[in-house]
This record gives sequence, structure tokens and C-alpha cells, in this order.
Amino acid sequence: MTPSLEARSLTRRFGSFVALDHLDLKVEGAKCVGFLGPNGAGKTTTLKMFTDLIFPTSGEAFINGISVQNDRKRALSVCGDLIETPEIYPSLSPREALEMSGALRGMDHAEIRSRTEEVLEEVKMSDWVDKKIGRFSKGMKQRINIAASLLSDPEVVLLDEPSTGLDPRGMSEVRDIIRGLKKGRRLIFMSSHILSEVVDVCDEVALLDHGKLLFFDTLSNVTSSFAGGTPSVDLSFKAPISDADVERLIVPLPGVAGWSRLDPRRLAVKVAGGADGQSQLLEQLAGLRLGLVGFRESRSALEEVYLREISTGDS
Amino acid sequence: MSGTGTPSVAMSGAESSRASLGRVPSTWAQAVILSRYQLRDYLRSRRFVLMMSIVALVGVILTAVVAYFRPASLIDNSSDFYGGLWAGGASFVILFAGIIFGGDAIAGEFQNKTGYFLMGLPVQRTTVYTGKYLAALAASLVTLVVFLLIVVGNAAFYLGPGAFTNLAPLLASFVLALLYLLALLGFTFLFSSLFKTSLYAVLVVAVLFLFGFTIISSVATSLAHIEPWFLISYASSIIGYPLTGTPPHIAHIRSPFGGGTMTVYSPSIPEGIAIMAGYFLITSLLGLWLFEREEFT
Repeated sequence: MTPSLEARSLTRRFGSFVALDHLDLKVEGAKCVGFLGPNGAGKTTTLKMFTDLIFPTSGEAFINGISVQNDRKRALSVCGDLIETPEIYPSLSPREALEMSGALRGMDHAEIRSRTEEVLEEVKMSDWVDKKIGRFSKGMKQRINIAASLLSDPEVVLLDEPSTGLDPRGMSEVRDIIRGLKKGRRLIFMSSHILSEVVDVCDEVALLDHGKLLFFDTLSNVTSSFAGGTPSVDLSFKAPISDADVERLIVPLPGVAGWSRLDPRRLAVKVAGGADGQSQLLEQLAGLRLGLVGFRESRSALEEVYLREISTGDS
Repeated sequence: MSGTGTPSVAMSGAESSRASLGRVPSTWAQAVILSRYQLRDYLRSRRFVLMMSIVALVGVILTAVVAYFRPASLIDNSSDFYGGLWAGGASFVILFAGIIFGGDAIAGEFQNKTGYFLMGLPVQRTTVYTGKYLAALAASLVTLVVFLLIVVGNAAFYLGPGAFTNLAPLLASFVLALLYLLALLGFTFLFSSLFKTSLYAVLVVAVLFLFGFTIISSVATSLAHIEPWFLISYASSIIGYPLTGTPPHIAHIRSPFGGGTMTVYSPSIPEGIAIMAGYFLITSLLGLWLFEREEFT
């Protein structure tokens, strides 16, 4: 069973304004895809058509091969979604809201009960399970919405800027949740304009601007193709590392094509060989016992690509 | 880098969805589930407190008036008593219940963004519309039954066991009131589907029922000299007929302002039922048709 999302020539016009222009995009398999673009690029419009909240002017959206426009009930039965920041009936408690969501999805009582506990625990809202949602802050409501979208353990998860309204701790927790979701056989499609969030959790990225798809590829390919040929990774160490140690121990490792210092404990290292090269480097670094505590693709590379592509689109 | 993909349908994915769909309840079952939670929301809301306050106020006024004046025409027998207290009050209670529970039922889904939560689930728009209609109906029914109990309580106080000797006319009147409630909710849901702002939806329905229909009815009968059969408010007068008897279809009465006579039309019970059933069917379906085309932009 391979979860999939597909847009076939998906177009949406609002009067003379083209919000989405013949989007052709197919995403397949268990992975997390970041859907990037500036405000007004068409990200939310796309996600709303994938959930049938709005209708396409032309084209079609498919979830697991089922047309959302022709059979929304079947298409959305495998999908959990969070579009904008929905409100839940204010006098209901999180438990009741999740009960309703689960019952409408056809989950049985025992399943709803156990999953409710799990997802509320996951979004750190267990202490509020029987309080009225109407009294919650925007961030708390967003957590409940995330919990509701995960309740049925869906194969496909659509998230529209899931960190919106959350404080820094909440944003970090949302990233942890998404990382946790990736452990299951699940396709996560997430719109965001927080590039660090995308770098943190996504495997692939699609960039949209003025309703047109500029590119769709793996994060490694995007950063290597656009950011001077060689992607870089940020390394964090638990203690400061000297230049001499870097030159002596890290530079000779296979794939290392250069480095620069970010701060006493952090380095940006250019790595050749794509994802394989990065994987190999990580293994070698772990073997060196240098106190490595962080290894992730450099944010700056994606940022560079993003800004370059958006400005190209504008010109 | 790729921007497009092959338009193939993954069979495994389709099979997986079929398996999931097997668990998703039918549209009707989902509507009932949704109505349960919506009703719970209504019963805990300030609007329910407001509606119950209106019912209590109407009940207190009626009780006080009967207690003070003790009109012989009312406390003579149960039919007259119920005809005097129940028939007029029920239309009033139904009107307010329809506006309070149905006026923003659909518009509120857009304005309050609760629709984004519901429509993200594997439900049809029909499910949401029907579920909300059932909840509004149930909440309105609760208030109507409370009003009925107030009237019956009064009757029991003044008539003793006589209040319960012939309940068939009261029951028939209650059934007609129920039909009026169905039709009125259909009408309010139509306007609720038409607007994405709750206030507009509520205002239009309230103004139409409190002033608009009265003016149209006067114009139709006095100036155009036609029976206002097309007005739901005209049909609602049949609610009291099982208790008070059906008046003549056309009556000519002396104008209270002098200068001759005026014609007064009264629907027969079958005519009133047909008008209310027509309103219920046409406005409900039209409202659903509109909601099916609404977008959550």
C-alpha cells in the first residue's frame, strides 16, 4: 500500500486572479514533503482543493488515486488534515471533539478512547481533556486540531502551516510530532514558509510561486543543484572544537569538500555525494567520538535556493 | 528535478481507501452522529439559556394574565384553555426557536470557522447540513415541549383532572406545530446557507417573520384582494384550529378604522398542511443545494 497525492492540471481562478495555474504534482510513498512558497503563492488554495473545501476551476486532486472532487468521502477517509486554524464547537471538550471526529470516521468506541489518550498525550493536552475548548488559547486549539488530524492514524496527512499560532516550544513540539509521524508508513504533505521547519522534518520540497510549481525534488538535490553544487550540513558538538582538530580529523573524511565555522561548537561542512555522502560522513563522525550532538542539512542552502527562485519568478 | 509525475493510479492505495471506507458510516448515520454533538453544543450554549428565558417569560406572562383575570371563556373547558394559551404562544416560541437555533446554523460554520473542522473529515456536505438541521430541530423541540408543559401545568391547576380528559385536539395541535417548526427551520436554513455572516442570516429571517410577512399579507388581502397562500405565516394559523375550530375560509368583517368592510382569509387545515409541507421541502432542498456549492475560502 503506497500512500499518494496527485494534482492533475489543478487550476483555480478567483475572478481574473489565477491562484493556482495548472499544477501537476505527484507525491508517492512514505515521506514528508514540504510545500513552500511566499504568502499568496497558492499553497493553502492547493490544500483546500485536496480537502474539497474549495473547488478547482479545472483539473482534479487525488488522494490514494481517488478523486477528491468526485468522491470526497472515500478520498478523505484515509486522510488527516489541518487546514488553516479550524475552530471546534466551543462548548465541547477535547475528548468530545475527538469522539465526534472518530465516530464520523467510523472508529469504534474502544479505538477512539485509546487513540484519544495517545494523541492528546502526543500534543501535550492530556491535562485539558475535559475542559471546554472555547476557553483555550489559539495555540491550544491548534494542538487539539493536530490531535484530531492524527486520531485515525491516517496514511496521508495534510498540514497547512501547522506551527501557526504556537509559541517556540509549541513549534518545536510540532516538529517532534511530525518526526514521529514519519516513523509510520505515512505520506505527510506540509505547507510552510518556515524554512528551518522544512529542513528539520521534510525529505522533499516543492516550491510554488504565483500559482506555478517552480520545482519539486529531494531536499539534498535541491540544495546541491541550486546552492553552488555542493550541499552543506550543520554539525553541532557538545564542546567547542578547534580548527586544528577539524583540519586533522574531519577534513580528511571522504566527501568533505570544505568547511566554515558557525560558532565555537558548530560547523558548516560541504559534503559531496548527495544523501549517500552525508550518510557516510555521519557514520565516520560517529566513529570518531568527537561529541557530535547535531547533524542536519544546512538551512542556509535552502534559504538561498528559496530566495533565488522567488526573485527569479518575480523578475 | 521533477515538477510533474505520471498520472497513474496506485492500485494499492485505492484498495487501502476502500478498506477504510468500509468503516466510515453512511451519510445518514454520520448526520445523526453530528447532530448529537451539535445538540450537546446547543444545550450548553448561551443561546439555549436565552431561548429558555424567552419560553419562561412567555409562560410567566400567560400564567400571570390567567391568574389575574381568570377569564371565564378560557377556564371553562380544556379545549378553550389550550386554544387560548397554547396556540398563540406556540407560534411565538417556534418562531424564536427557529431564528435562534437555525438562523446561523450554516452561516456560523463559515463565520466561526467550525466548518473547516467538519469538512476536513470524510463527510458529505449533505451530512453537515442534515446533522445541523436535526440538532436545531431537537433543540427547538425541547423548548416547545417545555412551553407545552407550562401550559398543561396551568391547565391542571385551573381545570384539575378536566385538563386531561380530551387531549386529542391538543395532540393534533402539537403535530401541526411540529410541522410548522419543520417548515420554519427549512426556511431559516435556506437563508443561513445564503449568507456567510450569521448576523445577516438571523436578521433577514427575523425581519421577514416579524414584519415582512405581516406587511405582505396585508397588501395581498387588502389591496390585491388575494388569499396569501404563499406565506408560511398564513399557514401557521392552523396550529390552533384543532382546539378552537376552523374559521370560515373567507370572512368579511367591519374595518376597525371605519369606512366599510375588509376581507379576512383563513386557510383550511389541509391547505395549511400543504403550504407548510411545501415550504419545508422546497426551502430545505434549496438550502442544501446552495450549501453544496458553498466554498470555505
